[in-house]
Amino acid sequence: MSPDDRKYTQEHEWVMVDPAAVGTAIAGITEYAQDQLGDIVFFELPKVGDAVAHLGKMGEVESVKAVSDLFSPINGTVTEINEKLLDHPELVNEDPFGEGWLIKVAMTDVAELDALMSSQDYDAFIAGL
Amino acid sequence: MRNICQSDNILTEDNLKTALYNTHVTLGGRMVPFGGWDMPVQYPEGILAEVHAVRNATGIFDVSHMGRLYLSGPKATEFLDWVLTGSAASLRVGRARYCMICNEKGGVIDDTIFYRLAEDRYLLIPNAGNRPAVVAWFQRWIDEKFSPGGTQDCLMEDVTDKTGLIAFQGPGAVDAIDKIADTPLSDMRPFSWAEAAIQGAPVLVGRTGYTGEDGFEMLVQGNDVVKVWQILADSGATPCGLGARDVLRLEAGLPLHGHEIDEETSPIEAGLDRFVRFDKEYVGSDVLKGQQENGVARKLVGITLPGRSAPRAGYNILDQGETVGTVTSGSYSPTLDTSIGMGYVLERYVEPGATLDLDIRGRTVQVTVTELPFYKRPRRAS
Repeated sequence: MSPDDRKYTQEHEWVMVDPAAVGTAIAGITEYAQDQLGDIVFFELPKVGDAVAHLGKMGEVESVKAVSDLFSPINGTVTEINEKLLDHPELVNEDPFGEGWLIKVAMTDVAELDALMSSQDYDAFIAGL
Repeated sequence: MRNICQSDNILTEDNLKTALYNTHVTLGGRMVPFGGWDMPVQYPEGILAEVHAVRNATGIFDVSHMGRLYLSGPKATEFLDWVLTGSAASLRVGRARYCMICNEKGGVIDDTIFYRLAEDRYLLIPNAGNRPAVVAWFQRWIDEKFSPGGTQDCLMEDVTDKTGLIAFQGPGAVDAIDKIADTPLSDMRPFSWAEAAIQGAPVLVGRTGYTGEDGFEMLVQGNDVVKVWQILADSGATPCGLGARDVLRLEAGLPLHGHEIDEETSPIEAGLDRFVRFDKEYVGSDVLKGQQENGVARKLVGITLPGRSAPRAGYNILDQGETVGTVTSGSYSPTLDTSIGMGYVLERYVEPGATLDLDIRGRTVQVTVTELPFYKRPRRAS
């Protein structure tokens, strides 16, 4: 069961309102995504200040066996990246919904979140994959 | 997240299943299509943990997807000396040898290990996906040259679906094997084989492998495969999938057919000269001899780069912006904690220490040409 305090995309990213900063969202990849990837060894993430676009490519993730594109769940500007992932990409395998978050984004429009999938919708979506 | 690059799997319908299929599923193995079979790419602990187990303790692999062919008859030796780059005539009973099966152009149809079981009887192991091609190629030469008109001078029997093959690999394998097998096997020499039993189940054990570690490979009768696997697992060996196997063989600098070698690539280009005889006549021998004498335009090298972003098959290798080579395999190496790869470069770049550029999906990073293998197991103190 995916946490119900956030929203999801069909590309297996999650996004939630940052309780610590108004108008800012935290984004990452889901448990399903990390499980599909296997052992993650490398992230290429956007830089602070970069603009990201809804479902636009924002970086890459490499596991031992595969390389995947990462897509931004929302429009906005990157305010922070999870620096810990540079040395410890396995944090995303261990805790994709918590310690393994990827980026924080100043959202262009908070209302965009409403258009994304709920946890129930996302769980139903991955059950059908 | 969307996958853009993955180790290639041959997608076919109606994949074959090994005798251990249900065991893999029960263990939580992630099953993927490979070479016409459904095989576990990894178990829940993950590829890195599996690699670590094989480098530091023991691991077991179901390699039953690889073929098992018996070649027998008074002309079996002569036949094998015609289709293999290595010598069958000089192989003693009780020994095994690694070599290539080449086409007339010197390209590699498959690489293989073959075991001399008796004066006129051999076991030969082709790769999973190449078994149909090898069987067809062998049958053609048997019919044309060695058993014309249906004589019994050379016979081939494919026992792949009646048997299983399990690899037991790692520094702990030698000590463990005597506790597991009914008779001592720890003093077997590398590339020898022995008939043995594991709790009564007859096995043909070879001191061979594809991981860069010491260990054994065991041919098991079909109805004993699950039992033998379980005994090895109970000894503490970690089940390992194809993902770990690929990382381990890459660290050990071992080629994988379809990557480092194929029908358009010769063993000379791949640096496998020591598995090629130049003193006998066989399919492709003229071409290989010519290449050995005159050199080749490109050669296989190892490359290393700092960090964890890996070279992947198909990436271009550049010198001052000009493409001078292509990656055939690559991975993050957990044993060496750096990224490694193999690939072909123009002959003038083969010297270890040379620096070149690698195009990683539009990003250019510097790589160093590195002597193979990347990893050599430490010698046992005895």
